[in-house]
Amino acid sequence: MIKGVDFMIMEEFLAEEEKIIRDTTRKFVEKEVLPIIGDHYDKGTFPTELIPKIAQLGLLGITTPPEYGGAGASYFSYGLACQELEWCDSGLRSLVSVQNSLCMYPIYTYGSEEQKEKYLPKMCTGETIGCFGLTEPDAGSDPASMRTTAKKVDGGWVLNGNKIWITNAPIAQIAVVWAKTEEGVRGFIVERDTPGFETPEIKKKMSLRFSPTGEIVLEDCFVPDENLLPGSTVGMKAPFSCLNRARYGIAWGAVGAAAFCFEKALNYTKDRVQFGKPLASFQLVQRDLADMFTEVTKCQLLVYRLGRLFDEGRASHVMVSMAKKTCTMTAAQVARKARELLGGNGVSLEYHVIRHLCNMETTTTYEGTDKIHSLIIGRYLTGINAFR
Amino acid sequence: MKVVVFCKSVPDTETRVKLKDNRLDKSEIKYILNPYDEFAVEEAVRMKEAGKVDEVVAISMGPERAREALRSALAIGADRGILIKDDVLDGSDTYVTAKVLVKALEKDGAEYGMLLFGQQAIDGDTWHVPGQVAEMLGLPQAGSIIKLEVDPDAGKAVANRLVEGGEEVHEMSLPCVVTCRKGLNEPRYPSLPNIMKAKRKPIQDYSIADLDLSPEEVGKAGSFTEVLSYSLPPKKEAGRKVEGEPEEVVQALVKFLKEEIKVI
Repeated sequence: MIKGVDFMIMEEFLAEEEKIIRDTTRKFVEKEVLPIIGDHYDKGTFPTELIPKIAQLGLLGITTPPEYGGAGASYFSYGLACQELEWCDSGLRSLVSVQNSLCMYPIYTYGSEEQKEKYLPKMCTGETIGCFGLTEPDAGSDPASMRTTAKKVDGGWVLNGNKIWITNAPIAQIAVVWAKTEEGVRGFIVERDTPGFETPEIKKKMSLRFSPTGEIVLEDCFVPDENLLPGSTVGMKAPFSCLNRARYGIAWGAVGAAAFCFEKALNYTKDRVQFGKPLASFQLVQRDLADMFTEVTKCQLLVYRLGRLFDEGRASHVMVSMAKKTCTMTAAQVARKARELLGGNGVSLEYHVIRHLCNMETTTTYEGTDKIHSLIIGRYLTGINAFR
Repeated sequence: MKVVVFCKSVPDTETRVKLKDNRLDKSEIKYILNPYDEFAVEEAVRMKEAGKVDEVVAISMGPERAREALRSALAIGADRGILIKDDVLDGSDTYVTAKVLVKALEKDGAEYGMLLFGQQAIDGDTWHVPGQVAEMLGLPQAGSIIKLEVDPDAGKAVANRLVEGGEEVHEMSLPCVVTCRKGLNEPRYPSLPNIMKAKRKPIQDYSIADLDLSPEEVGKAGSFTEVLSYSLPPKKEAGRKVEGEPEEVVQALVKFLKEEIKVI
């Protein structure tokens, strides 16, 4: 199902357009991004000139209906695109995930008709990049404990607070910000030029270095009434529904990163000769390769089935938790193994696996840590809420 | 003006070819639109975007999977597809292929202005079919072009071919046949919205009977050539590294060229 790794012959379950979406995305990242990514990762920069190219491909607004400028594709296709993007880099996939699942999805689902018409078409073309403000310095796994407030005033709301670890924040033109009102948590669209809105970039991160990450600082930030997401009910349901979609994309993406690392390790160990024979001829190496191959295949089966259920409206958030947790942890293990099999070259950005390995350290944490997803599965199994 | 682009479904460029029972083992092969055909589709779609062409038709002869190659052409921007699919076509050589394609062209209506091909298919690599189609139809042709100018009103096309040491410029009356190669254009990435739109574009299926052909005229029975056997190219041996001071390296290399492979 992914080029090179399709042991269970899942290719034959893909529709024509799904294959074309997958192959086109792969061709694009292979030609346009992979050759430049090492340098950007090294410097911790993101080439914003890439955004119009990504947009032209239709990757911003994958599931958004055509009347708002999107492709109107399925979540399965969205998953395949995430897989191919992260085959290249998690940060690249994060950019697309955040735009699609965390910004366009809430505007489409909870926004007014005016909001949809105002924002979605420009988000499809990449003129407007969005970010999603939920996590705070003191509210990570427990987002309901957020301190950011929205106070009702005449004609709008005044927002105060700090959001942190916000993907795309430094380059975003709008932010979907979640804040506590007197009734509870609500979502707001905050535009870049709003006084009191700042997005300082977070530097010195050793993971997702291709992805611009920032804070959102809200200081007496006035947001007009029409920027409240009217369809979002009070509470955490709306932001969690966004996270559910983003987690879904992360699971698919991790399969792409894992497949990349596996293939790299396989080819490397077949070529590299030591003690007069290829590394791949050693039993210990073959066991590693067999394990990696098996784990990647298991994750493929998981996301494939999840994707079909998602489009049928039958995927529960617990299934998404399982996929997100398993695929990211597997990808981290596969990347680590690949790093080891590549020896010294494994730590060089030229061979890419160290980049994936560093990225996986984020994907196993963001959008619900491994442990949080275990508790979600545990709560489902036992009926006992272990969160509090 | 209608133009027709010929599309072939071929194994992905990264395919590792394996043989089984003296035939290609197709069990693990993934298929794509022949990369050279992409240049042809792109050129046709650009002509349409420039207002010189009204309709771009993509046509393929092959098994069911050829529908995917057609769908790729539709995603790039072709308007509709034609798939010639019949079990009895299995084993057809390039002559039969050209004959069947010509029949399908007639069936679809003959008012085309140009036929565009990839210069070669990356699997069979025969380069045969475009020339055969042109001959059967008695049309002028220019192969392996890197530039194309069409003037539908004047009824002519000017195509540039890369030849050793320069370029050949051909002026042809329409309709004509061209075969496309790298350098002609840079095929676009089909966008997701266009891929989704391509889903709804029509593909007309034709069987051999639809084209008034009999089973004896196609497949192995109708072919002039037959594949007797397949063999893989000899395995590449590992390279040899010559090390040492420059003088020693040069001496060793000259000795190798003179005595071992005897090229100087």
